[in-house]
Amino acid sequence: MKTVDELVKQPGAWLRVGEETGVIVSSRVRLARNINGHTFPSWADEAESIRLLDELAPQLRCLGTCPLPLTFEIGELSRMEKEVLIERHLVSRDLTEKGRGSALFLKNDESVSVMVNEEDHIRMQAMSPGLNLDNLWKQVDALDSEIESRFEYAYSLQLGYLTACPTNVGTGIRASVMLHLPGLVLMNEINSIVKAVDKIGLAVRGLWGEGSDAAGNMFQISNQTTLGENEGEIIERLQKIVLEISVHEQNSRQRLLEQRENHLRDHFCRAIGILTHAHLLASKETLDMLSALRLGLELGLISGWQRATIDELFVLIQPGHLQKIEGKIIGAEKRDLMRARLVREKLLGHG
Amino acid sequence: MNCQICGEKEATVHLTQMLNNEVRKLHLCEGCARENGLDLDGAGSMTDFLLGLGAAGMNKAELSGPKQGAVSSGRELVCPRCGMKLSDFKKISRLGCQDCYVTFSGELEPLLQGMQKGLRHVGKKPTAHAANVQMPPSVLSLKKELEEAVAAENYEEAALLRDRIKNENG
Repeated sequence: MKTVDELVKQPGAWLRVGEETGVIVSSRVRLARNINGHTFPSWADEAESIRLLDELAPQLRCLGTCPLPLTFEIGELSRMEKEVLIERHLVSRDLTEKGRGSALFLKNDESVSVMVNEEDHIRMQAMSPGLNLDNLWKQVDALDSEIESRFEYAYSLQLGYLTACPTNVGTGIRASVMLHLPGLVLMNEINSIVKAVDKIGLAVRGLWGEGSDAAGNMFQISNQTTLGENEGEIIERLQKIVLEISVHEQNSRQRLLEQRENHLRDHFCRAIGILTHAHLLASKETLDMLSALRLGLELGLISGWQRATIDELFVLIQPGHLQKIEGKIIGAEKRDLMRARLVREKLLGHG
Repeated sequence: MNCQICGEKEATVHLTQMLNNEVRKLHLCEGCARENGLDLDGAGSMTDFLLGLGAAGMNKAELSGPKQGAVSSGRELVCPRCGMKLSDFKKISRLGCQDCYVTFSGELEPLLQGMQKGLRHVGKKPTAHAANVQMPPSVLSLKKELEEAVAAENYEEAALLRDRIKNENG
């Protein structure tokens, strides 16, 4: 049975060595469900939540379609361990604020997971590298049908699956894709993309920070609406937009190469310089430098590292991971020191 | 000429309706027109106004506080299953249980209309069990039927729909 310590040592579900991912980094599909006859989690008292968890747990661990043998009881995790799970996109911050009665059930490779008693009784998700929405939907659909055969969901013919928040009612689906968009950011075109996407019922969010504070040029696009369309239509619309944005990103990169190649090269070289020599590295700067390095590798203008190494670093330099590796909570300056050392180790093969 | 409702202010809103080959006219001041639910900014319809429904005005009231009836009698809607009140929902932005969807259907409908692509679920259905929550009829779709009935001059049907809508709004 794996602990959070062991999770830290493996690549996450959204990073797989050898996968062809460039602009489109990873995909995720999540479904929200509630069990018939039980109060929703935000309104239920702890005893009720614990009772429901005790009922669900044994069944979730041994599902036929997708057994989820790893269990993490939220009430028993340290703050650092909770941060690690958030950084690996396995739980939401909301879940970590809950007490006993909330838990995470996980497949060994982290690609499929179920949260119990977060905002809804059940939130199941499947993640993978690249653009893979159709397969991920099939996976959670099968998982959902199996859980539904063992427990009755709260469901109305008119409004569909009933969720704690009306923003999720109906299909209860949240499909999202993570994209690396340094070209659009460098060409100052990201804001018009965000506005256009907003108009058609999708949401664009920076993965680390919002707007001009978005570090690392990583963005997540997901559906905003869940009622009035079926799951296939929602996914198709998301997929279409993701592919269009991907094309825009490639175009921006092309123009950057044509119009500003020297500036681009300077951008990568400075990133390499800082990452391989800095004594202290703060989160935001590191994410931005790693993004520059990733772009350089993707454009073929620099070599010497695998993109997988860079992607691994995106996760390992996060505060929760750093502290878990160190084994204790550490202050900001010590973290910046650790981060710099970790980056040098990974990039140069030595500290 | 003066407003036909308050008799005080100058009438600046003039409504004309064709009914059974007769022309009916109403002359109101802006204040009385708005008070009776006529949406002067949006595409307000004569139907809404004459039947005292004032679509836009009612939506605003639903979103901003308890229904008019509840305020005047001091009562607030409470979910019989989990005890959640509308004020609780407004505070935590989460519903208490599946029956809250029925209890607060009037308040939720305009919310859903604003944030979702439709009001009817057309996606996956559970196969292992039947639906276990029965939603009351959608007020917004009843209103649409009412407008269609008025347009088709089917006034008996329109009156029945109007009564059903009044019923749902309590």
